[in-house]
Amino acid sequence: MRQERHGQRHGPQRHGPHGERGPQEDRRRHERREAPAPELVKERTVVLPGQELDSGDYHPGYGTYREGGKIYASVAGILSIRPPTIRVIPFSGPYIPQNGDVVIAIVKIVGPTYWLVDLRAPHYAPLHYTGTPWKVEYGECGEYLRPGDAVVVRVEGMDQSKRIGVSMNGDGLGRLSGGVIEDISPTKVPRVIGKSGSMIRLIETATGARMTVGQNGRVWVDGPQEAIFKVRKALQIIDKEGQRSGLTDRIKLFLEER
Amino acid sequence: MGSVGAKDIPELLDANGKRIDGRDLNELRPLKIEAGVLQRATGSAFVEWGENKVMAAVYGPREVHPRHMQENTKAVVQCRYNMASFSVDERKRPGLDRRSQEISKVIGEALESVLFVEEYPRTSIGIYIEVLQANAGTRCAGLVAASVALADAGIPMSDLVPAVAVGKVAGKLALDLRKEEDNYGEADVPMALVPKSGRLVLLQMEGHMTRDELKTAIDMGVQGCHKIYEIQKEALRKRYSIAHDGGDAQ
Repeated sequence: MRQERHGQRHGPQRHGPHGERGPQEDRRRHERREAPAPELVKERTVVLPGQELDSGDYHPGYGTYREGGKIYASVAGILSIRPPTIRVIPFSGPYIPQNGDVVIAIVKIVGPTYWLVDLRAPHYAPLHYTGTPWKVEYGECGEYLRPGDAVVVRVEGMDQSKRIGVSMNGDGLGRLSGGVIEDISPTKVPRVIGKSGSMIRLIETATGARMTVGQNGRVWVDGPQEAIFKVRKALQIIDKEGQRSGLTDRIKLFLEER
Repeated sequence: MGSVGAKDIPELLDANGKRIDGRDLNELRPLKIEAGVLQRATGSAFVEWGENKVMAAVYGPREVHPRHMQENTKAVVQCRYNMASFSVDERKRPGLDRRSQEISKVIGEALESVLFVEEYPRTSIGIYIEVLQANAGTRCAGLVAASVALADAGIPMSDLVPAVAVGKVAGKLALDLRKEEDNYGEADVPMALVPKSGRLVLLQMEGHMTRDELKTAIDMGVQGCHKIYEIQKEALRKRYSIAHDGGDAQ
């Protein structure tokens, strides 16, 4: 019985298609762990909150916590071990802003020296006029951005109580005009981007559309109508099936259809 | 219908020690959990437990309303337990009553103990439990559903929270009471467990039990909770087996 399980467990796993999981994929780790603790959860398996993970010399990353010297999962997702970190890639979850995130925000409120923008986070974030490339006069913010406008901004200055601000000074940041915005789950953003941008490139070259992906799960798409339509469909597939392996092939196939 | 006399009280235990629905004393009612049943909520779950039908939805973390309840160091857990007017035999007057306020409070506190509320300061996590059909043990069913819904929402938590009631029926301790046993039995002790740490996060008692009986009841309840825990995990696995069929899962 025990031996049987051994054989089953290790065989398919190592050869499993890893797809575009990322450059960080480390298979050596896998082999090294085989001997000592066969019961512990393997990389790429589904874990649930409260499940004990490998407590080896890892740092607990996202979706995990340490208690009494052991590491447990705190969200449902797929286990990822990239020494020195062990973390869980969640199936679902809220967008929680991090310093440096480039996100697509929607202007909600115009103030005298700032705008409040919605990042799909629990709170609106202020975009101060000094954080824009424009010379804005006091009280004239409304002439530059109005409620409903979409902007690409960077998250900055997060403090302990997770208060944040956003800025529009920088490469690739600014107001968006034209195009459409498609919302996907923030946990699927890495899949949309792909290994160092491979998925974006694949979609852009196949359809001729232009895309900007925000860390908050908003994707801006512009181009010919046909292309936009196709990209949105592709994004919906990624959103729905993002955790599957072989996603790139699936998307390739979809883009080549018709 | 008639006056409630000794005649109307059903025989709660038969000669073989079987219960009114044929269960053993430490046997649970059939429990079915489905995760991710609602489109609009961040996370959701539906529980059918015996004749109980309970839906739970989770929102958040989101802005706190009313604002003055906001806390600067942690998220507030806002829980609402509600029974549908058609959930019981005689139409229940809709809306909050003393009973549902109490249950909302104890369920919210039980769940707050497993959530990492410090991760989301100045926000609120909303938990909505709707009882569609009731047959005793709805607070436990609601808690079971809500904890699966929280996991479905992807909100970090230290463990799932299974819950079950143990009661005293015809002088014997019995796991997971149904309506008749609850109404005509001698005691009802609902409890919720954090399986990983063995901590009880909800424990209430109605009726009478001796000290020793209560201890045994807790032991029975803890065992029951472990069974429910497995079903909760199964429900989540099933939910994600569709999203993840990478062949190397499990």
